[in-house]
Amino acid sequence: MSVSSSSAQSVFRNKMARYYGYFTIGFLLIATIMLLLEIFAGLPTQIIGWVFLLLTMGLYATIGILSRTKAIDEYYVAGRNVPAVFNGMATGADWMSAASFISMAGTLFLIGYDGLAYIMGWTGGYVLLALLFAPYLRKFGQYTIPDFVGARFGGNTARVVAAICAIVVSLTYVTAQVVGVGLIMQRFVGVDFRLGVVLGLSGVLVCSFLGGMKAVTWTQVAQYIILIVAYMIPVTFLSLQLTGFPIPQLAYGQALQNIVRLEQEQGLSKSSESPVVPGKFITSGYIPPFNEGMNNASARDAVGQINKQFGASLTPPPAQAIPDAKRPELGDWRGTPWNFLALMACLMLGTAGLPHILIRFYTVPSVKESRMSVGWSLFFIFLLYFTAPAYAAFSRWNILENVVGLSVKELPAWTEQWGRNGLIAIRDFETINGVAVGKEPAWVKNLVTAGSVTINDANGNGVIDLGTFAKVDEKTGSAGEISGTAVTEGSVDGIVQFAEIGRPIGPGIDADLVVLSAPDIAGLPFTIGALLAAGGLAAALSTADGLLVVIASAIAHDIYFRTINPKASLQTRMMLGKSMIVVAAAMAALLALPRLALIAQMVAWAFSMAAATFFPIVLFGIFWRRANGPGAIAGMIGGLVVTVFYMAMNYWNPAFNVLGITHLGSGIFGLPVAVILCVVVSLATKAPPKEIMELVDNLRNPITDDETMAKYGSTSLPTH
Amino acid sequence: MSDPKKLPAEERARLYWQENQRLIIILLAIWFVVSYVPVLFVNQLNNIVIAGFPLGYYMGSQGSLVVFVIQIFYYAYAMNKLDQKYGLSDRDR
Repeated sequence: MSVSSSSAQSVFRNKMARYYGYFTIGFLLIATIMLLLEIFAGLPTQIIGWVFLLLTMGLYATIGILSRTKAIDEYYVAGRNVPAVFNGMATGADWMSAASFISMAGTLFLIGYDGLAYIMGWTGGYVLLALLFAPYLRKFGQYTIPDFVGARFGGNTARVVAAICAIVVSLTYVTAQVVGVGLIMQRFVGVDFRLGVVLGLSGVLVCSFLGGMKAVTWTQVAQYIILIVAYMIPVTFLSLQLTGFPIPQLAYGQALQNIVRLEQEQGLSKSSESPVVPGKFITSGYIPPFNEGMNNASARDAVGQINKQFGASLTPPPAQAIPDAKRPELGDWRGTPWNFLALMACLMLGTAGLPHILIRFYTVPSVKESRMSVGWSLFFIFLLYFTAPAYAAFSRWNILENVVGLSVKELPAWTEQWGRNGLIAIRDFETINGVAVGKEPAWVKNLVTAGSVTINDANGNGVIDLGTFAKVDEKTGSAGEISGTAVTEGSVDGIVQFAEIGRPIGPGIDADLVVLSAPDIAGLPFTIGALLAAGGLAAALSTADGLLVVIASAIAHDIYFRTINPKASLQTRMMLGKSMIVVAAAMAALLALPRLALIAQMVAWAFSMAAATFFPIVLFGIFWRRANGPGAIAGMIGGLVVTVFYMAMNYWNPAFNVLGITHLGSGIFGLPVAVILCVVVSLATKAPPKEIMELVDNLRNPITDDETMAKYGSTSLPTH
Repeated sequence: MSDPKKLPAEERARLYWQENQRLIIILLAIWFVVSYVPVLFVNQLNNIVIAGFPLGYYMGSQGSLVVFVIQIFYYAYAMNKLDQKYGLSDRDR
């Protein structure tokens, strides 16, 4: 690299740093103005919501239009001139989805220590990316991951298989993002879910259609800044209010101590004999790991909740578990250290094998920058993941301290507000005393449907009368006009207990509540809530953007240009790339509109599949010269088959398991199979030809001449 | 010691790759120790409480993350030095 090009790079970097500096200041300024207008001029919340929505979407569209391009290099790999720091921010936004932003803290709130498998899994994968993949993929320097698989394992079969995998993984992932966009729009701007989906997708398209990866990258940088600012503000105020110290990441140790104390005082953490394994004592609570202390109903519900909100696919225990000492896994849902470790491993290995993250390292100028860039990526992701446990702990502390034990008549206003949105419900029967018959809240209706509560308007006045509170008639098992198995002394006493804090359906709050309610708990104005929504929207849109580029390039570049018609003109390739982005967006919208539950589960499975296919194959491609095409194909197929087999078996019948590992961690069984098959088949067949050996040697050398690399189709490296 | 930059190209590439692999293995060992091992001893570690944080919980929620970030930046730094040592950095093109 000549001196002039490296100084040109630093001029470019400084210019972009200045732009984004102005952007950040401008954004904060506008937020402050909105805040002042709300406080002093009483600006209506509806208008504030729309201003934030239009402002941020308009900004993304502007960056998209400014970055429009006709160069294929810029369209697929942003011209390979994205400085390491900015690629780090873009990767952060690309990686962190609506689930990371809104639901992760809530999952930690619900399942305590066990949720940390996600925190470690989704960050630890970047170490693998940095050490094993990023520098070599950058050195290879083409456009897509199937490009690498095809070139290294010599053939279109491997390339097409990889392209199809990339499409399946990314399409399910993007669908979940589009659902997230629709929900955020619905909640904060009050538009219909379907309209929200269409609005959000058009925002994504304006940006990615004209400018491809170049536009996506520079939009993601802006989106990262918005999402991280939005995530930090509420929790900082929450921390200041609860502990008097404005650094939540350090201050939540105090919250953990208070949680431990309050759980003890409220009898939530006491040891009890397992209903499933006699003589085995279990503890529950926020800090102790691998809880099995949840009773069957709440375990089922918590699992369903996690699955729905978090894109996970934990298996709920069967309803009405029959205690069976020989088959403990059939009873209460419980974590095991092995399940925790397997899940964490699959998330780490899958992270390092996801195509939309891997291609981000094609966009930096050099191998050296690619190494730094992974560091920046994880640093920017870390800022959010490091903070999520603080959100969860403050929220749990606040609920144990300031909600549990209160009379239902004096609940804080935020519980009522988010209750209307269906994220929380206080399930004490006194809340329905005097409510008109037929107007009961959803949770009561559910209990009536389930047959555990009967309502009988005995005096015919049209409202439910509870009679004397905290008093259940022993003979009839009734309190006033309600009766049934769900009616107990505790459930009618008008005092909130931890177990009574749930949602309209089932116990356990909605995972989204923790982050979304933080501004209200801290008593912050609506503007901060709108900022939070803008952040969630940025997280969902940025991830969708990156995924659409992967899908479009897999179809237009790998399948069409590389396999079907290698003589296609540059113009045809560009046109096809652009139209495939529209097609992919339309497919994502069609998949998102029915809001299938299966989509969220498929996203979680994608990690296991990536861990058992892309991860070992790319790894061998770089680190083992002897690995060849037949070995790679056998490994990918074998890994996939075993993973899917365990997944399916355990999903349909949780009794089928090894060491209590659920289908979520099934990649842990597929991976060794892929490794063994790849090694055995490679050794049993011919060594790869000389030019492939040369390719591997060149991958490992950070500066070999670009002509050598160009032989493998890398026509677009910058000239030095 | 002879200057690694002056070695024949093939020998240089081999030694460079060896040193790189050794670095990768050491860093992966640290990565494994901070993320997987504490999970197995989480109950024992939770008995140690620092600034309100039970250590077992802390390793999962923040401790291992900090190590991950440092590791990646360290690798980038160490590899730049290794590139220079073997005459394989951008300046040596």
